[in-house]
Amino acid sequence: MAKTGPDDQDKGLGRREVLECMVWAGTGVLWTITGGVPHSVGLIGEAAAAEPATGFTFLQMSDSHIGFDKAANPDALGTLREAVAKVKAMPTKPAFIIHTGDITHLSKPAEFDNADKVFSETGLQMHWVPGEHDIIDEDRGKAYLDRYGKGSKGAGWYSYDDHGVHFIGLVNVVDLKGGGLGNLGAEQLAWLEADLKGKSNSTPIVVFSHIPLYVLYKEWGWGTEDGQRALDMLKRFGSVTVLNGHIHQLAQKVEGNMTFHTALSTAFPQPVPGTAPSPGPMLVPADQLRSKLGLSTVTVAQGNKPLAFVDNTLAG
Amino acid sequence: MQTLMSHLRPITARLSPGRAVVAAMLIGPVVGALLAFGAVAAQEANVVTIDNFTFAPPELTVAVGTTVKWVNHDDIPHNIINKDKVFRSKALDTDDSYSFTFASAGTFDYFCGLHPHMQGKIIVK
Repeated sequence: MAKTGPDDQDKGLGRREVLECMVWAGTGVLWTITGGVPHSVGLIGEAAAAEPATGFTFLQMSDSHIGFDKAANPDALGTLREAVAKVKAMPTKPAFIIHTGDITHLSKPAEFDNADKVFSETGLQMHWVPGEHDIIDEDRGKAYLDRYGKGSKGAGWYSYDDHGVHFIGLVNVVDLKGGGLGNLGAEQLAWLEADLKGKSNSTPIVVFSHIPLYVLYKEWGWGTEDGQRALDMLKRFGSVTVLNGHIHQLAQKVEGNMTFHTALSTAFPQPVPGTAPSPGPMLVPADQLRSKLGLSTVTVAQGNKPLAFVDNTLAG
Repeated sequence: MQTLMSHLRPITARLSPGRAVVAAMLIGPVVGALLAFGAVAAQEANVVTIDNFTFAPPELTVAVGTTVKWVNHDDIPHNIINKDKVFRSKALDTDDSYSFTFASAGTFDYFCGLHPHMQGKIIVK
């Protein structure tokens, strides 16, 4: 690693370890960044106890599907409200929320309005990327860009820096090809290359998109056709965290300096790959819905701490 | 089918849980066969249905001038996009449909623009 400072060298191994420390919660995944390295601080609701004295936290929320009213969850707006209530009750205020797409179900103005209204109750800054459900208006994405596209490029990609971390929002739901997967496209990849140019290898990177950037399950289209090209550009960085939504269930893996994880939906669960004829809203008994929206949480502790599995319900 | 199911429910309701499972295992194939028969019988001409992220039939052959209708039965929207941009539907919500009249002969590959692993083909002769 070029340009690595003494502090970074000292923390080189710790960084990889610390990235393995992740927390999952249905309402969102809470991350904290200390010394520029993201790691989890505990469950929503338990965050205060675990949070270090310095650093900052942010949330990831995903797949709100506002407008969805089918059997799998007749009130997706209601469960988003429950999630937002949890956020509002957090003793430590996160710096912002990253939403990894499918804000709405059908890209209708009223759906965007309702989502905006509920999210605004958090009082937190939002960073969005679109899901495929957010760009199915007549003008194929204009509704999304009009609301959330300010300062973004192309179909809505952008980057920003916060607390020494470089955040990159990518769009992989546009101009999909028959038989293919998610798609970034040449223009966005060229932009990414330019965006990363000159960035020190020790700059912590958080990259987020709707569909997983890696191929999680090809048969259901859960991956990005040219996602590996983006990941290759990120390999030189000492700390890369890759966030996505789309699959409405927890998934995580660690590869070298890269940590991948998927947030749960606040609207409805989807089946585990290969356990159903297809993806799509999974009907579960009403009293189990909220547990599928992330109320069961697994905490992977770092270092020599044991894995912590926590069952937590919004109701309980 | 509704009638059949309403007959089955009281039968299984009278059985203990264990016996209900056995009954379901015995009755299952019969119901499955009837459902399959019903699906074939219900297949409208020149209609492509979408269930479980799948176009059925995946390949349909029609005469020039035929109007083909796609109907989405999933709880998730889909759309219909021809690879050569001859036709493209808006997003179809649950039970929405889209029709296109094929004025010329040819093979028309199409896919869902939201879930492009879903593919189908219309052959116009």
